[in-house]
Amino acid sequence: MDRTTLLRVQDLRTRFHTPEGTIYAVNGISYKLDEGETLAVVGESGCGKSVSMMSILGLIPIPPGEIASGSALYQGRDLLQMTDAELEQVRGKEIAMIFQDPMTALNPVLTIGRQITEVLERHMGMSHQQAHLRAVELLEMVGIPSAAARLRDYPHQFSGGMRQRVMIAMALSCLPSILIADEPTTALDVTIQAQIVELVIRLREQVGLAMIWITHDLGVVAGLADRVNVMYAGFIVEEAPVDDLYDNPRHPYTLALLAALPRVDRRRDRRLKSIPGAPPNLLVEPHGCPFAPRCEFVIERCRAETPPLTPVAPSHQIACWVDIDTGAAR
Amino acid sequence: MNQPEQPLVIVEHLTKHFPITRGIVIQRRVGAVQAVDDVSFTIARGETLGLVGESGCGKTTVGRTMLGLYPATSGTVLIDGHNVHAARGRELMAIRRKAQIIFQDPFASLNPRWTVSAIVSEPIRVHKLYGSARERAERVQELLELVGLNRRLINRFPHEFSGGQRQRIGIARALASEPLFIVCDEPISALDVSIQAQVVNLLEDLQDRLGLTYLFIAHDLSMVRHICTRVAVMYLGVIVELADRNELYENPLHPYTRSLLSAVPVPDPKAARQRQRIVLEGDVPSPINPPGGCRFHTRCPIAVARCAEERPAWRDLGSHHFVACHRA
Repeated sequence: MDRTTLLRVQDLRTRFHTPEGTIYAVNGISYKLDEGETLAVVGESGCGKSVSMMSILGLIPIPPGEIASGSALYQGRDLLQMTDAELEQVRGKEIAMIFQDPMTALNPVLTIGRQITEVLERHMGMSHQQAHLRAVELLEMVGIPSAAARLRDYPHQFSGGMRQRVMIAMALSCLPSILIADEPTTALDVTIQAQIVELVIRLREQVGLAMIWITHDLGVVAGLADRVNVMYAGFIVEEAPVDDLYDNPRHPYTLALLAALPRVDRRRDRRLKSIPGAPPNLLVEPHGCPFAPRCEFVIERCRAETPPLTPVAPSHQIACWVDIDTGAAR
Repeated sequence: MNQPEQPLVIVEHLTKHFPITRGIVIQRRVGAVQAVDDVSFTIARGETLGLVGESGCGKTTVGRTMLGLYPATSGTVLIDGHNVHAARGRELMAIRRKAQIIFQDPFASLNPRWTVSAIVSEPIRVHKLYGSARERAERVQELLELVGLNRRLINRFPHEFSGGQRQRIGIARALASEPLFIVCDEPISALDVSIQAQVVNLLEDLQDRLGLTYLFIAHDLSMVRHICTRVAVMYLGVIVELADRNELYENPLHPYTRSLLSAVPVPDPKAARQRQRIVLEGDVPSPINPPGGCRFHTRCPIAVARCAEERPAWRDLGSHHFVACHRA
């Protein structure tokens, strides 16, 4: 079955002009998101996974930021060409976001009830009465006990996990078609993380939501995503359906990342394989493959030319000059 | 005299409560955060004991109290035969030399105004280990090489280094006083995955070369299984289970350990789909007024009436598998 594409991003490039020089944060990435699909964007700090999402939602301060090129088609309209007023109608309403730290995203001096009803009144045109009833419904939906009473509480009166539930309730309040989740469970303990992931999976089925889940945790991705983009230094280096990515990683970076992870469900059988060196300095304009200095498969071409994202199997693409099975050029 | 088979570290009935006070001029004590409550364990020479649990369970407080960074409310800690909380003067200095700590945050734990050389040589100066400045400088360079940093970097400042490199500086500083025992307090949780493996492998190499003993405090249960020989699980200030690594992960007996292990995501979609999760209801209660009886009974899926009334005893259920649970 062919699914409709909700969002199509092409050749997005984001830079920041700072006193130290230009930071090349996102360097020409393209991807799409289908209806009802969960896409995970995986990478380490500074790989551009958050910046790429904030760019398409107009959340990058310009200056110092600059969207040097690209388009982001959502329902036939380019998000990058919209005025602030137009974007405001999309952001929060049709494309909602949740963040790593709910405490900074919530207003500390307003009750949770006020913050949810405000969104409903403004975006959905509800009366105060209607908005209140809907807010109770939403808090119940995300599993907050005695929801009606808790509407009168302030953010600091909630635990971290409960605050993230409130954020999810607020994000879903306007029935968005896309939810972008930026490391939503990173600040939480594992048992609370499991609760939130379970909640998101249930809600996703209930409301038929398409999601982009940004994370550095390859474990969470495995239990949640349909498709995965692996990012490194502002590039997408591998894109694959979730089973393919873990069974048959084709990019040396993905391969190395998976080999560096110990498993809770297996006995130790060897030392961890570590990746030598550190990610590249983003203040230098990228030249060649960004992973080349740390790559065990590196060939001459890698240092000279940046590899484009090309297919290795149906719906499985990598940006690499080398075939990791033979070690020779692809 | 120490017998050789005696454990290097012996912790007995360690309790640490932090007082809560009201009033500015006249402070009244109105309660206490019961961060650690009656914890006992030992660590053998050359061993790595893992201490795991969720935030606020008291694992960091255990590590810091063991080193005397906090005074203990009650209980004793013996390191290489010395009582940490009774020692004074020369004996205290000797303990501090033998027991060191590596902190979680490599950004906050290094003085930004000091050079690498000043940071790493501080323990050497404090303990007067090398006489001349020249010998000290040589020792610092040696330590940097030991942790995989270039010896020419001694005059740089912490901000010039990446997170992984800073953690290496922290490790070099901990090694400077030639310790026997190191508390590693979440040494890798601030680092990216590709750097975590580098630091873990370094800690293992150093243990092999220098015969170090570690207490490895972490919340990453996968990494703990990889690096530790035995593992203790904490919940709300108490140790609920302690066993050899594979025994604990393959045969967990405490319901909290079971749910904790089942909640850890596995980087394998097929295995992830098959895993049975035991999802706990609610949040961890406050350590200011923890539940009576078994502290876990408010969230325990198999609790019975007895669990709310009676604190479960610490029992050995065979082959050194300890658990505190009425139902195990």
